[in-house]
This record gives sequence, C-alpha cells and structure tokens, in this order.
Amino acid sequence: MSAACPAVSRRFRLQWEAVQQSWVLLYPEGMVKLNGPAGEILRRCDGTRPVEEIVRELEQAFDTPGLHDDVCAFLEMAARQQWVERA
Amino acid sequence: MSPPGPPLWLLAELTYRCPLHCVFCFNPVDFARHSEELSTDDWLRVLRQARALGAVQCGFSGGEPMLREDLELLVAEAHGLGFYTNLLTSGVGLTPPRAAALRRAGLDHIQLSFQDSTPQMNDFLSHTRTFELKERVAALIKDEGWPMVLNVVIHRLNIDHIGRIIEMAVALGAEYIELANAQYYSWALVNRQQLLPSRDQVRRAEEVTNEWRRKLGDRVRIFFVVPDYFEERPKKCMNGWGNVFLTVTPDGLALPCHTARMLPGIEFPDVRRTGLREAWYESDGFNRYRGTAWMKEPCSSCPEKEKDLGGCRCQALMLAGDAAAADPVCGKSPRHAVVLEALAGTALPQAGFQPLVFRNPKESQRLAGVA
Repeated sequence: MSAACPAVSRRFRLQWEAVQQSWVLLYPEGMVKLNGPAGEILRRCDGTRPVEEIVRELEQAFDTPGLHDDVCAFLEMAARQQWVERA
Repeated sequence: MSPPGPPLWLLAELTYRCPLHCVFCFNPVDFARHSEELSTDDWLRVLRQARALGAVQCGFSGGEPMLREDLELLVAEAHGLGFYTNLLTSGVGLTPPRAAALRRAGLDHIQLSFQDSTPQMNDFLSHTRTFELKERVAALIKDEGWPMVLNVVIHRLNIDHIGRIIEMAVALGAEYIELANAQYYSWALVNRQQLLPSRDQVRRAEEVTNEWRRKLGDRVRIFFVVPDYFEERPKKCMNGWGNVFLTVTPDGLALPCHTARMLPGIEFPDVRRTGLREAWYESDGFNRYRGTAWMKEPCSSCPEKEKDLGGCRCQALMLAGDAAAADPVCGKSPRHAVVLEALAGTALPQAGFQPLVFRNPKESQRLAGVA
C-alpha cells in the first residue's frame, strides 16, 4: 500500500483518551486500545500523507531510522482489520 | 487487590417505559415499582461525571429511550464530551425529524432490535404490530449514514429461523448482526420454559451462522454467543464486576450491571446523592464482588477463578439462592443440576409449557406482588 495515502476507516473513530493515556479506536459498542507505536502511526493516517511520508515523520519524531518495514507491516494488519482504507 | 481501573462503558437506561411487551425483556420484572425517572439535569451531571472518570462508550437504552423527549439534548451533551454515542432502540418513535435531530446532535450509531424475520413472529413476540415500522426505521438509519447493528434476541421460538434473520439483516444493510441468545434473567427467566432452546437447535443455529459468515466475508460481522446454559464453565459476567461497566437505572441507581438491583442486602448508590467517582471506587455495592476475595468454595480454590471470576452473581442468586455462590452454569457448582434439569426440559412437548408472560405494567405489578 506504499503508494496510497492511508486513512482511518469511516467505520472507526480515532481518539486520544487522557484517562487511559492512549489512542483508541471507537466503533459501535466497542473499543480497541492502541499501544504507543500503533497510535502514532494511525494518528498520521488522515488520507493526505503517503506511507513514505508517515515513515519519515515517525523516524524524525522518534529519532529512529529504518521504520519502513515495521510501519508497512502494521498498516497491512490494520487494513485487514479494516481500521484503515486507502484514500 | 489492585485498585480498579476506570469504567469504560456507561449504560444510561433512560426509562423503563416501553411500547413493546417482549417476553425476554431484561428490565426488572418489578419495573412498575420503579416508575420515577431522573431529570434532564440529573442525566447531564451523570454524563459529565462518567466522562471525567474515563468512560468513553455511552449507550442510551431503556425501556425505549425514544420516549424521553430530552434524548437529543443528552446525546448532544455526550457527543460534546467525547463519548462514542450508541442508541439502543426498538425503532418506535424514531421518526425522520427525530433521526435528523439525533444526527445533528452527533449520535454515532444505532442498534435496532428485531424479534424475528417475519411480521407474524416479530409482532407476536413483541405483542405489537411493529415489523413494518422497524423496516422503515432501518432504511432511515441507512439514509442518515449511520452504521447499523441489527440485534435479535434468539430463543427457542425463533432460533430455527436464524438463516432468514441473517438474510433479512443483510438486506436491510446492517454492518453488524448481533444474534443475542436470550440470557435467562428477569422476564426471560419467567418465560424460560418457553424460550430455552434445545442443544440440537443451538448446534444447528451455529452451523447456519458459520455458513453465512463464510458467505459474507468481511462485509458484515455476525456475533453469535452460545447461551451460557450450554457451556461447562460460566461467563466472565460483565467482563468482571465493577471492572469496565457502569449502568445507571431510570430512577438513578448506579449498578455494575443492569440486573444487579435484584441482589439483596446491597444498597447501591443513588446518583442524585452520590457522585459517580465515589460510587465507582468507594461504594460497598461496587466493591462487593470485585476481584476474588469474596469467593466461597468451589470458586476460591479453583484454578480458573481469575478467568471467569465465578460467573454471574445474579445467576448465582436466581439458581442457587446465594449471590456469593458459584454460578450454577459451572460444572463444578454443587447446584449445576438445576441447569441440567432446565436443559432436559427442552425435550418435553411444547404443548405442556406454561403460557408466555408478556412484559407490561400489569404483569409487572402481579409479579412484584408475588416476589
């Protein structure tokens, strides 16, 4: 999916929860609590950033090179779960 | 015991009033005794307090929540606070103008209940002529762009129609189908002899459901939970007592689940006098069955006690006469025979069953008098 700009699916709502100190995905009568990296990736999936840009931002923000494969693997999983779609 | 986490779910039971008379209703059988209702201001305060505690899912339920004229106002407040807002409705009262107003208020999702796949069975089980209305409401939900959960309570009288029920839900455009096997509490317990399916019926229904899952793929998610009477181990009721779930009843009791008010000897906090933070963390009601320290044998030495937390306290009370006993659904419970007897009864000819009792204020008063 590297060419497309992933976006959080309309079936979910991504939201920061201060009490839980985490990003969560909300859907009818349910919630997925995201771990730190998952939240950081998904909050950038707004349908305007290509995957490469998301990778670059994360590498900068966390001062860690070589995140491409991890991000792509996560996005593949997120697409299977229907959390994200390609914009 | 480690301190409890925050409640994540607020179920706002706005009213026990309902135009339907469903035979499996989970409202208390003595609801007619609790006709007082919280004011709009009370509910606004409850919403703010629950959100401040960390609750993020908010369900508006009943009875029929559309009967509250302040529903749109409450949804708007919940939405503004950052809740994901769910409306659990029979569809009665969900007119196009009110749907549009709820959309503007920020309602995120609607769960619409059906009783069966045909007008005849739907209308019989709810004792109202509501099937066509529900079809219109389903179309309205789709027109407004909401995701739809179609919920059907499953029992002996409709379980053999499960394929047609799924077909209907797909045709109506549901994204999620909840085939909610009746749980035998409240009105469903009164009618258990008529409603409990046989083991064969459950097995066939599961097979049909799995066929549909294969056919539909990711397009529609189908939930089918086997009724706990057919399991060897009890369910982890409400995902743990006072763990994630908080219910507020129409008359203002804060409860760990919507049936817990039946438990004797517990004074649950009244939200008109007690803040939700105190209710959740400090009240005797919420602490009574948290964790495992309250358990008796066979639970207290059971290696699976953390997994199921001894099952359901209400079921223990109803079937074993003691809310702190093991849930009799468990094969290790000394009272497990009562569940096996109920299951054996499903083989009897239906003609010998007692008549169904429909949920209405008159029956409620009668049953409350007996209780």
